[in-house]
Amino acid sequence: MGERRRKEYYVLAVFFTIFVLFLYGPISAILILSFQGPNGGLTFPMNGFSIHWFFALFGEQLVGDFKAAFLRSLQLGLIVMVLTIVVSVLAGLAFRKKFFGSTLLFYTTVASLIVPSILVSLGIGLLYNLMEWEAAWYSSGMGAHLTWTLPFGFLIMIAVFNRFDKSYEEAAKDLGASNWQTIRYVVLPIIAPSLIGVALFGFTLSYDEFARTLMTSGVKNTLPLEIFGMTTNVTTPTLYALGTLTTVFSLVVILTAMGIVFYMRKRRERYGSDAGKGV
Amino acid sequence: MKRYNPIVLIAQVSPISAILGLFLIVPIATILIVSFWDYSEFMLLPDFVWTNYTDTLGSYVTYKTYLNTFKYTVLTWIFTLLIGFPVAYFLCFHVRTLRWQIILFLICTIPFWTSNIIRMISWIPFLGRNGVFNSMLINLGLTNEPLEFLLFSDFAIVLAFVHLYTLFMVVPIFNSMMRINRSVLEAAIDAGANGWQVLTNVVIPLCKPGIAIGSIFVVTLVMGDYITVRLMGGGLRASVGVMMWNEISLLLYPPAAANAVVLLAVVLILVSLMMRVVDLKKEL
Repeated sequence: MGERRRKEYYVLAVFFTIFVLFLYGPISAILILSFQGPNGGLTFPMNGFSIHWFFALFGEQLVGDFKAAFLRSLQLGLIVMVLTIVVSVLAGLAFRKKFFGSTLLFYTTVASLIVPSILVSLGIGLLYNLMEWEAAWYSSGMGAHLTWTLPFGFLIMIAVFNRFDKSYEEAAKDLGASNWQTIRYVVLPIIAPSLIGVALFGFTLSYDEFARTLMTSGVKNTLPLEIFGMTTNVTTPTLYALGTLTTVFSLVVILTAMGIVFYMRKRRERYGSDAGKGV
Repeated sequence: MKRYNPIVLIAQVSPISAILGLFLIVPIATILIVSFWDYSEFMLLPDFVWTNYTDTLGSYVTYKTYLNTFKYTVLTWIFTLLIGFPVAYFLCFHVRTLRWQIILFLICTIPFWTSNIIRMISWIPFLGRNGVFNSMLINLGLTNEPLEFLLFSDFAIVLAFVHLYTLFMVVPIFNSMMRINRSVLEAAIDAGANGWQVLTNVVIPLCKPGIAIGSIFVVTLVMGDYITVRLMGGGLRASVGVMMWNEISLLLYPPAAANAVVLLAVVLILVSLMMRVVDLKKEL
């Protein structure tokens, strides 16, 4: 048995490694190729090594204005992130008990995840069209993004509260804390690391969202729409340079979020939870 | 807190209800209504006609397009399952410490938080005419001329889908596996089951909910996709999403809406079939 188990381990370990290479191989190729020499093309081999294409990106000849698009996506991502956290936590608190309509609301939220993105895009686009509202990235676009980020935030919060030890809250109540104090000084500090997770989902899913943005962002493009436009117009490694920049930005965001969670855990291991110390 | 305060409850659930109401329910209702409207070249004409449905359901092209979309869906589903299951199995049963489980799990998850479009573009250096695969094949002497079908083909489309969505299979299956009580496996072994029997008679049945949730994700994502097919197919391949998108670009909103309703119905039927295996609330 032991012998067989080790053999199984090695086979699966190799399989897993290949899977990771499959995940990261293509994107690493983009990272490398964005440093093509000035005469290099979209494929290997590298024709020299330069940061020419990064300069080209900031030059004037580009089709669109990716800096403005980046700033729009950044702002939208932050707004969607904050809303996702607040709305998910509130809904999560409510769902600790059954209430009239809770099942309906639960399945509506799940449906938001399952409904094909093109329907959300078309539906919101049509609605704004018929109502003669002006579609814009910060109104209709934001709403479309929330239909994608909220279910993730909501389901995470349900999972978190399913594992939440209610005796902490009861202890706070027994010590005379009001409802608000209990939530502010006991519940929120305990679930803080999960909130970082929700924030990460909220920001990155919005920042990279394409399908639900297409008909809902109005006249001004978000970054993914800009990049998609480039794929049909740009046939130089400038495309890769932009890909590299936005991917590196995403990685910084992801690693920062993970770093914060890691730091919180370490601190908790060292000092214990500081829930309750705030009053 | 024993009896919940209705005002607090309303304050807690109204934001999510309002957002989903305005940006999900009302838009879908709008699609439903517009799918019965008539249209002229530049205008939507409020009406109640079935022509949008009879046009789309009466057309040979629609069935062909659905068939093609099902082909992508089934292929992607098979590959994500065949790749996702062993990956989850390895993470759950062969990685011994929680620390390494978390690290390896996060390594699998990070690409999910980066741009899908960039991840699709990143196949160009591999699949292009002068790409890595073709050079490799030529160097190995397997072919003399670069293969043209690699990029902008069904192959590229399914490859991109598998690349993008395998994670959606790994996470729920991993979640199911982590809930399996290890003593159940030991009991099976003590009762004389060999490794294969443990896998097929114990592990897989207990992973059914995870497999179902992963399948729901993969199937709905592929069925409703238009961007991957558009980008990886080079604009030459058809899918339901692409068909709808073409109508939308031509401002043919009522036919697009009718197509959307049909697509939604198909997706909901598929999802409800898969939901039979799983109680969602227990999985959280």
